[in-house]
Amino acid sequence: MDITIRNLGKNYGDVVALRDIKLDITSGELLALLGPSGSGKTTLLRAIAGLETINQGSIRFGDIDATHLSVQERRVGFVFQHYALFMHMTVLDNVTFGLRMRKLSRRPPKSEIRRRGMELLELVQLKGLENRYPAQLSGGQRQRVALARALAIEPRVLLLDEPFGALDAKVRRELRTWLRQLHDDTGYTTIFVTHDESEAQELADRVVTMNEGVIEQAGHSP
Amino acid sequence: MASPVRNGNALREPAPVRWLLIAATVSFLALFLLLPLLVVFVQALSNGVSTFAAALTGDETLASIRLTLITAAIAVPLNTVFGIAAAWAIAKFEFRGKNLLITLIDLPFSVSPVIAGMVFVLLFGKQGWFGGWLAEHDIKIIFALPGIVLATTFVTFPFVARELIPLMQAQGTQEEQAALTLGAGGWRTFWHVTMPNIRWGLLYGVLLCNARAMGEFGAVSVVSGHVRGLTNTMPLQVEMLYNDPGEYSAAFAVASLLALLGFVTLALKNFLEWRHGDELTALRGN
Repeated sequence: MDITIRNLGKNYGDVVALRDIKLDITSGELLALLGPSGSGKTTLLRAIAGLETINQGSIRFGDIDATHLSVQERRVGFVFQHYALFMHMTVLDNVTFGLRMRKLSRRPPKSEIRRRGMELLELVQLKGLENRYPAQLSGGQRQRVALARALAIEPRVLLLDEPFGALDAKVRRELRTWLRQLHDDTGYTTIFVTHDESEAQELADRVVTMNEGVIEQAGHSP
Repeated sequence: MASPVRNGNALREPAPVRWLLIAATVSFLALFLLLPLLVVFVQALSNGVSTFAAALTGDETLASIRLTLITAAIAVPLNTVFGIAAAWAIAKFEFRGKNLLITLIDLPFSVSPVIAGMVFVLLFGKQGWFGGWLAEHDIKIIFALPGIVLATTFVTFPFVARELIPLMQAQGTQEEQAALTLGAGGWRTFWHVTMPNIRWGLLYGVLLCNARAMGEFGAVSVVSGHVRGLTNTMPLQVEMLYNDPGEYSAAFAVASLLALLGFVTLALKNFLEWRHGDELTALRGN
């Protein structure tokens, strides 16, 4: 889904976090938001998700004006930096959470929910671990559970906050390749935040550089 | 995590020091905690089991037990709901006056229970602010059940909130945010994500709150009026019997029952801790 951001501004009191952001993301694109900490890249990601209120500007998902939609209504897949998995739920329950929380009228039957959950676990190569708890998984495995959980709601856009930040170098490289593959297979419009330039260059179709709350360089669509 | 005392030498004290510390702790506990409790039970049973049983099944005593249970059954759920709400507000939101709210929650701990009781007499007593209006409408608060419940609720307010605030602050809001992005509303997020994460802390808080609710003397004493068989809770009944020369061992019989309720609470807490220790570790693991 195309994402169109216009004149987006966000401030905390006198501190300006985002200033006049203009950004167009093409459907199916894999975009990197690159910048040092404090550059506003995570704030922008959270604003797109609706987790952060904005002071001005607009966000559109395709034909839908998402500016005033709630987090729930935006239906974005968000992968948090530290995964934010539900520690008291099994891997499968984590992945199917979004489906189980749907209104009764739109909720698939139990067997269907389970089937979709297992399908997603297979997609992220975690088959056989569905009954484990997050505490029993490695960092890379948790990351993939978080990704499967986000994909389960068939998101309009996939947002990843420093997806490899908490992983060691080897797992990081593996996951990078794998994520690229997954993106090409599924075709979700994806935005990820990183402060690692080589990671951004290697993984993304396009790199957008941010600094002090403004976009310095928007790159070119391939 | 392995205990540093078992592994490292740096934290290992010489044997005599260790023994001295252990001996000091054990004898202190024995002298100040175990011995007094033991005396309660010995005194209670000093005139035989039948006297003990008779003392507990007297009408006035039964009435006091009933009153204590009713009071706890109202005060504890109230404080559970208020405690969760307060902890939720403090841990998950930023707002002006937050520190003031935290201070207010601690107020019942820092104010003497007697004063807590007097506050309610000043408000709802015959000469109190609302006394005239209440009398006109024939509502009795002081020297009746509502007053006792109010005083107990006031005194036991901090237990649940105090237990939950640090827990919820440590857990942060990440899981809740994740639930929102996955489409869950506020209420469902609370039930499916927040509640399971705090349930053990909540249970401790509720158990401690309950123990104190059943044992509270000072505040209740001021608002109760000490009407035998009507407004005497168990602690008040103990004191009344104790002051009656003929009822000395009956006082200890009721006291032993009260102490037993406390023991059951602590045993339950430890049992749950032991039974669900793995889960607690898992929740704290990340």
